[in-house]
Amino acid sequence: MTAAGLIFSNIHDKCIPEMTARRTMASLPFGGRYRLVDFTLSNMVNSGINKVGIITHNNYRSLIDHIGTGKDWDLARRSGGVMILPPFITAYDNPRANQLYTTRLEALMGAMDYIAHCQEDVIVLSDSDVVCNIDLSEVIDQHERSGADLTVVTKRMNLCGEKESVGKIIVYSENGNITEFVEHTQLMCGEYDVSTNILVFTKTYLMSLIDTAIAHGYREFYQQALPAAMANSKFCIYNYEGFYATVDSLAGYFARNMELLEGGTRAALFGIKDRPVYTKVRNTPPTKYAEGACVKNSLIADGCVIEGTVENSILFRGVHVKKGTVIKNSIMLQNSVAGENVTLNCVIADKNVIIRDDKLLSGSETLPYYIAKGKMI
Amino acid sequence: MFKKKECVAMLLAGGQGSRLYALTQKVAKPAVPFGGKYRIVDFPLSNCTNSGIDTVGVLTQYEPLLLNEYIGNGLPWDLDRTYGGVKILPPYQGAKAADWYKGTANAIYQNLKFIDRYDAEYVLILSGDHIYKMDYAKMLKFHKKRNADCTIAVLDVPIEEASRFGIMSVDEDSKIYKFEEKPKNPESTMASMGIYIFTKSKLSEYLINDAADPASSNDFGKNIIPAMLANGENMVAYPFEGYWKDVGTISSLWEANMDLLGEKPEFDLDDEKWRIFTRHETLAPQYVGEDAKIVNSIVAEGCEIYGTVENSVLFPGVKVMPGAVVRDSVVMGGCVIETEAVVSYSILDTNVTVGAGAIIGGNKGDEAGVAVIGDSEVIGAGQTVGAGEMIPDVRK
Repeated sequence: MTAAGLIFSNIHDKCIPEMTARRTMASLPFGGRYRLVDFTLSNMVNSGINKVGIITHNNYRSLIDHIGTGKDWDLARRSGGVMILPPFITAYDNPRANQLYTTRLEALMGAMDYIAHCQEDVIVLSDSDVVCNIDLSEVIDQHERSGADLTVVTKRMNLCGEKESVGKIIVYSENGNITEFVEHTQLMCGEYDVSTNILVFTKTYLMSLIDTAIAHGYREFYQQALPAAMANSKFCIYNYEGFYATVDSLAGYFARNMELLEGGTRAALFGIKDRPVYTKVRNTPPTKYAEGACVKNSLIADGCVIEGTVENSILFRGVHVKKGTVIKNSIMLQNSVAGENVTLNCVIADKNVIIRDDKLLSGSETLPYYIAKGKMI
Repeated sequence: MFKKKECVAMLLAGGQGSRLYALTQKVAKPAVPFGGKYRIVDFPLSNCTNSGIDTVGVLTQYEPLLLNEYIGNGLPWDLDRTYGGVKILPPYQGAKAADWYKGTANAIYQNLKFIDRYDAEYVLILSGDHIYKMDYAKMLKFHKKRNADCTIAVLDVPIEEASRFGIMSVDEDSKIYKFEEKPKNPESTMASMGIYIFTKSKLSEYLINDAADPASSNDFGKNIIPAMLANGENMVAYPFEGYWKDVGTISSLWEANMDLLGEKPEFDLDDEKWRIFTRHETLAPQYVGEDAKIVNSIVAEGCEIYGTVENSVLFPGVKVMPGAVVRDSVVMGGCVIETEAVVSYSILDTNVTVGAGAIIGGNKGDEAGVAVIGDSEVIGAGQTVGAGEMIPDVRK
């Protein structure tokens, strides 16, 4: 079966408003040298999908910059390749009417043209806040074998009233056939099959599902469009057992990054043979450790210059840590600079932040101290 | 006919680099890794891109497979162009003759048709064995201003080293009147850097005459330059200031890698105005373990360091296990240094495995020289490889 991909780039932006004020969830930097969309894009490319649309809504300049022609994911293709799908608003639309979609279903309605033009048999939908390394071709194979109209990739998770898990969709099934979608609330506690929001649709089925939704004026995907169609359709689950994480708050962002300091997490994400994670190449030189450098348990990208102490931290590309500085439990995004004799603990410094000499900044693991992009402190 | 190009670069990349011994058993010298994530050929190619030269012919002959794949369509250097870009030029079979490249001049002679396709007025000749950053556009401007037939880039070298180079003697207008290849008693300290700009018409004329001479060794330094001088052509020396290093020997390759280290390195790779481009490997960021120690070193992506790394250059994907020590060494991509092993004053080619407790190399500055371990060699646990030794030893 041939497949095309469709990625929602702004999904769940509101979970982490500090960092998505000027960027999409898809272009949120993650893991030292990546942006979140790299994981989903790489999963698609590594599974033989070479046509991908990325649905955007707003704040998508950083996404366009990151994706470029798509060549870093081998998606600069004459037929297929990657295409960014901004909101479709014509010059004749009423400028006062709010044309921007607000739900997953409305986003799909806006991408109808793109889906209609796909020649592929199935469409793989995915959110952009999904961090995992999954072989989608296995999911597609199962989708074909089972004759399903929709296959939902689920992950067994223990959800217990955490605030962060609100909004997760629990998938109930019998013998692999889906019976119900329920949105998780804080009152629910236990082990559930949770939708990863990686969905494999038979293309023609997806088209008719959206048409029906438009005809009935549905707005919600899991709550309206899918339940309405379920009786006359075959929805299956695919249980994914590998590493899976989503970013659902600033504290969650901090924790998910810090998990990469564990060897097992890195192996599950980056160590799978023939399934590398691609990202935009920046041409920075190797990282330089000066005479006085002291680095422990840290993930360091290229192009850094380290003259001080770094412990339990993640440094993105081109970070400069000057002499006498001690950085602990912190995340320094691309090109941020920590001056001399600075002390940081539980800090997230966004891109191009400059922390001047002798500053002492500290947050906590549950409430990391966040410094916005480009700020000087 | 393609769109006209003012200047086409021809990069001589067919040499074996026999003095790199074990390091060039499987690859041509320009493909030898350098500086943590680069290969030697990245330097002239990046210089071309940064100088606005977008048409480069790369002449390959010795072990070209890796080099062909590495250069590919030229994308990493922005040389994937609709007109021009980088083109690999291997020896080929013609209607009347088929031959290997018999010398540097012969290689260009056999590809004059390539230069003609772009109707180039000037030809820049480069070699794939030097580490430097140079703006060829400035040199071309100089060539045009002096209305020269040939401009040779020269570097002022210490008099005691001058006998290792081709030495130019110039008058006060930097016009060359004498050229001597590796003179015993050098008259001047101006060394040829092996970088030439020729006016195309003159170059063709001399290459055609040279090809017709059966006694010629078809070499720029030995034949073309002396012949042009003898005929009184307008040949000028273009003075270059800055870092330039021939990495044709084990010791010079080691030294050039070490020149990247230190607070103010002799050669700075972290230069935003003059980026060195390379084909990147898809690897995760490097991980530095709880008990690791890394000082005065450069380390590329994908490395995992649990031991000690001092004064060294580590390429992508190197693993230094707990208790292992890497000191004063160049460790190329994919090497694994097992626990308690020591690598000192050595160059390890790609994918070498050093077994637990093994000891490689001597101390920095040892008279025996740098120890070299060739591609994919496995050094067993507890084995010792002495200072200056080479595995496999291909020096005899």
